[in-house]
Amino acid sequence: MQYQSQAVSKLYFTAAIGLFGAQILFGLIMGLQYVIGDFLFPAIPFNIARMVHTNLLIVWLLFGFMGAAYYLIPEESERELYSPALAKLLFWVFLVAGALTIVGYLMLPYADLARLTGNNLLATMGREFLEQPLITKIGIVIVALGFLFNISMTVLGGRKTSISLVMLMGLWGLAIFFLFSFYNPDNLVLDKYFWWWVVHLWVEGVWELILGAMLAFVLIKVTGVDREVIEKWLYVIIAFSLVTGIIGTGHHYFWIGTPDYWLPLGSFFSALEPIPFFMMTVFAFNMVNRRRRDHPNKVATLWAMGTGVMSFLGAGVWGFLHTLAPVNYYTHGTQITAAHGHMAFYGAYAMVVMTMISYAMPIMRGREANSNKSQVVEMWSFWLMTIAMVFITLFLTAAGILQVWLQRVSATPLSFMATQDQVAMFYWLREASGVVFLIGFVLYVISFFIKGEPATVVAKS
Amino acid sequence: MSNGFTKGMARNMFYGGAVFFFLLFLGLTLDTTRKLPALDNRAALNENVAHGKLVWEQNNCIGCHTLLGEGAYFAPELGNVYKRRGPEFIKAWIKMQPTNAPGRRQMPNFNLTDQELDDLVQFLKYSGEINTNNWPPNIEG
Repeated sequence: MQYQSQAVSKLYFTAAIGLFGAQILFGLIMGLQYVIGDFLFPAIPFNIARMVHTNLLIVWLLFGFMGAAYYLIPEESERELYSPALAKLLFWVFLVAGALTIVGYLMLPYADLARLTGNNLLATMGREFLEQPLITKIGIVIVALGFLFNISMTVLGGRKTSISLVMLMGLWGLAIFFLFSFYNPDNLVLDKYFWWWVVHLWVEGVWELILGAMLAFVLIKVTGVDREVIEKWLYVIIAFSLVTGIIGTGHHYFWIGTPDYWLPLGSFFSALEPIPFFMMTVFAFNMVNRRRRDHPNKVATLWAMGTGVMSFLGAGVWGFLHTLAPVNYYTHGTQITAAHGHMAFYGAYAMVVMTMISYAMPIMRGREANSNKSQVVEMWSFWLMTIAMVFITLFLTAAGILQVWLQRVSATPLSFMATQDQVAMFYWLREASGVVFLIGFVLYVISFFIKGEPATVVAKS
Repeated sequence: MSNGFTKGMARNMFYGGAVFFFLLFLGLTLDTTRKLPALDNRAALNENVAHGKLVWEQNNCIGCHTLLGEGAYFAPELGNVYKRRGPEFIKAWIKMQPTNAPGRRQMPNFNLTDQELDDLVQFLKYSGEINTNNWPPNIEG
């Protein structure tokens, strides 16, 4: 570790992994409720389990992004973090606030939680992914501002690299667009229109900057390729991300009461959204092929390449599958959307956080790389989780195609619930894949506890 | 990428592209907000509908259902439920939950008052009359 203060990210990464585990458990509960409808009812109704599942995802990814920033910003800026104490304080504030929110979801009826936390003063709750009580949302803003202050001051007082600037822009964008979560007009169309300014402009906008910066940082480290080359790639990729992704928001403006010019506009630009993701794949493989050193941390390199491939498949290919308006007319709000959501979040964001953790954790624990034995177990976890996610996606896609056919295309359409009964087999298969994913995750955690001589490489002649 | 294409050019492409397309997006947003009054059924908005939306949100209905196709995919689309089922059925259905049918998906009982039920139905009626470019494809949602 080049700078002592980078060590704060260990806290963030540890929390991220723990919350990821909890997210998987709630996913399994929901998966079972899809086929055994009354499972855990009324203790954990589906809407509560889903809220916990998606909110944990967002929170652990935010922990991952913040941890990544605290690790890479000092190293890029060539100085200690502006305030390690503030970083530690905000960690505990965020963790406790997050935990209290989840406990609130699980222990109280949601309407009571809303009443107790002042949702009547400013109604922001009860919208997908933005279910957090007002005080939690305000807490997120405060933590984000403190965090941004800390890393911005670090960047301002040190070397400014393209990677740290892109990371900073992504994180500022994340905080700024979150502010739209406080805007919730009575007009449902306006509500939905600007709700996407948080959701879409995060995951298909500014988060791609964060993703690109994290991937570029790790690729410089593990391949030793010239920074100029990597940063050039980074700029081209994120240029395409925003050029396609901003107007690509239009693929959410097909059927919510917005003007019909969004149909061609959203279709065209979002059809181009796979391009930056494909470039990400080429980028990762190209840099590894052109490597100037063999880094002993082979599993971090595997995660980096995996991020390139899986983000392209999940966000790019599975996004394209249903993004054209004539297709989306039939697939909108079906299991196709769920399939895309799962592989995109895993392939792009979960995997890039694990790339960063895989690279940085061993260094923070005093070695350049984990032992070979530990790396092999982590590689098994990589393959199990990744393949399981591919199957989750395929089974949900199969369920979705059938659903579209039975409920929307057929001359004698079935009702929603009758359709669900018809596709139950695919939900069982999805649940089985989910169990494999959990096994992969358990191996992932175990890999951190496997000791042994740190791996080394023989220098190339 | 070739050496003729420098990092500086890539950076300019990023800043230029981001600024241009964000400004374009703002322009389209402005235009959209101007065209919305003809599409978004705002004439139907009143206190009851607004309260119905709050009831919808404060019981996290979106955690199971979709509304205009957005939400969770565990329970039926409700953007067109007013047309599919009618007001009385909706209220009776909400009141009789949970069904407790073994192995079937369960909806909690939210203990809504008659006023809340009426307002929720008004909100669903309003939502169903938004011009959604003919989505969903049929009444089953």
